[in-house]
Amino acid sequence: MSSFSALLLRDMRLAVRVGGGALMGVLFFLIVVTLVPFAVGPDLAQLRRIGPAILWLGALLASLLTLDRLLAADHEDGSLDLLLMGTTPLELVVLAKAAAHWITSCLPLVIATPLLGLFLNLEPLAIGAVALTLLAGTPALTCIGLIGAALSVALRRGGLLLPVLVLPLTVPVLIFGVAASNAAIIGPMSFGAPFMILCALTLGSLVLGPFAAAAALRHGLE
Amino acid sequence: MLRLSASGLACVRGSRSIFTDINLELLSGEALALVGPNGSGKSSLLRLTAGLLRPAAGRIELAGGAAERTTAEQAHYLGHLDALKPSLTVAENLAFWVRYLGDAPDTRLAALTGVGLRGIADLPAAYLSAGQRRRLSLARLIAVPRPLWLLDEPTSALDAAGQDRLADLMRQHLSGGGLIVAATHGSLGIETRELRLGGTA
Repeated sequence: MSSFSALLLRDMRLAVRVGGGALMGVLFFLIVVTLVPFAVGPDLAQLRRIGPAILWLGALLASLLTLDRLLAADHEDGSLDLLLMGTTPLELVVLAKAAAHWITSCLPLVIATPLLGLFLNLEPLAIGAVALTLLAGTPALTCIGLIGAALSVALRRGGLLLPVLVLPLTVPVLIFGVAASNAAIIGPMSFGAPFMILCALTLGSLVLGPFAAAAALRHGLE
Repeated sequence: MLRLSASGLACVRGSRSIFTDINLELLSGEALALVGPNGSGKSSLLRLTAGLLRPAAGRIELAGGAAERTTAEQAHYLGHLDALKPSLTVAENLAFWVRYLGDAPDTRLAALTGVGLRGIADLPAAYLSAGQRRRLSLARLIAVPRPLWLLDEPTSALDAAGQDRLADLMRQHLSGGGLIVAATHGSLGIETRELRLGGTA
């Protein structure tokens, strides 16, 4: 377990140091959300209606920003070789990296959501619903992204391949995240059903992601 | 008594055969120098041993050590890449690998002293020279005890004093019952057996 926490702490420390890019995600999120009113016009009723979808899309794209460096950085400087030679199972190693990514890249997005929700004229209940669905749904984004990061790790310019691989797989998370938020705001569906499915997607990808990513890394040994 | 043995080992990379039918046998306290021209497979043999490449045929394993550990888990690999994070300090880089790789007692300061980096422990690794980066990688080998050292050009970028210190460290490791396999073009400064690769290439 000390290997797990050592890796988690190192990755978190790297993310907040210079060039780590933990805050870049929040800034990107802010820019995406502020751009939308310029594109669709300052119609407050319309913004309120599409607000949850904008926040979810923004968070999805922002969480992708740091994903391509998740394993590629360790591959380039040789750290990945040594990580593979540790006594910790590779599944736990990638899980630790995913956990660090979630804490440093996705959690700040969830925390920034209430403020950005105000920009979109959302009511407190709606803001709460979006923040809650993001809190429940972003671990799934990280774990799905982890698989993409592992698959693209050995490729030069793999950073461009990653969104192409990952984004289609995140569609279910996006659908149920936005559906749950909208259900809480306008009904008529209950909030519970889509939210439960969102939680199930997260739990499923928490199990599947590390195993798939570890398998991809092992297969990529060349 | 530890024994590293390989039989019928073959390596294929990118559909090109690098070497075939390598046999070797190395006992505790022995060092093996891999020599041969560029591209003869010295680094590939080290990576095979470290479990970072899959052999196309044959096997290589370390017997007589901790039964529940694989060969890779009993080995240190010192490659061309130094696995250092520029934004972490010298001490933080070493501390991470010590915590990650082993449950050893805290020997970090002794290790930094051993490679002559004690005075700059708080400097971010981004400011280190190539030789200092190599020294910091070597500190990892001392701080976490593992019986098999796999060294790829360990003397590169080291100054004369650094090379002497490396030779001392290797001698200590061997006298403690360790094994060393090193790819090299020059002299390591210690008694070694030699395995010549790519003689026919």
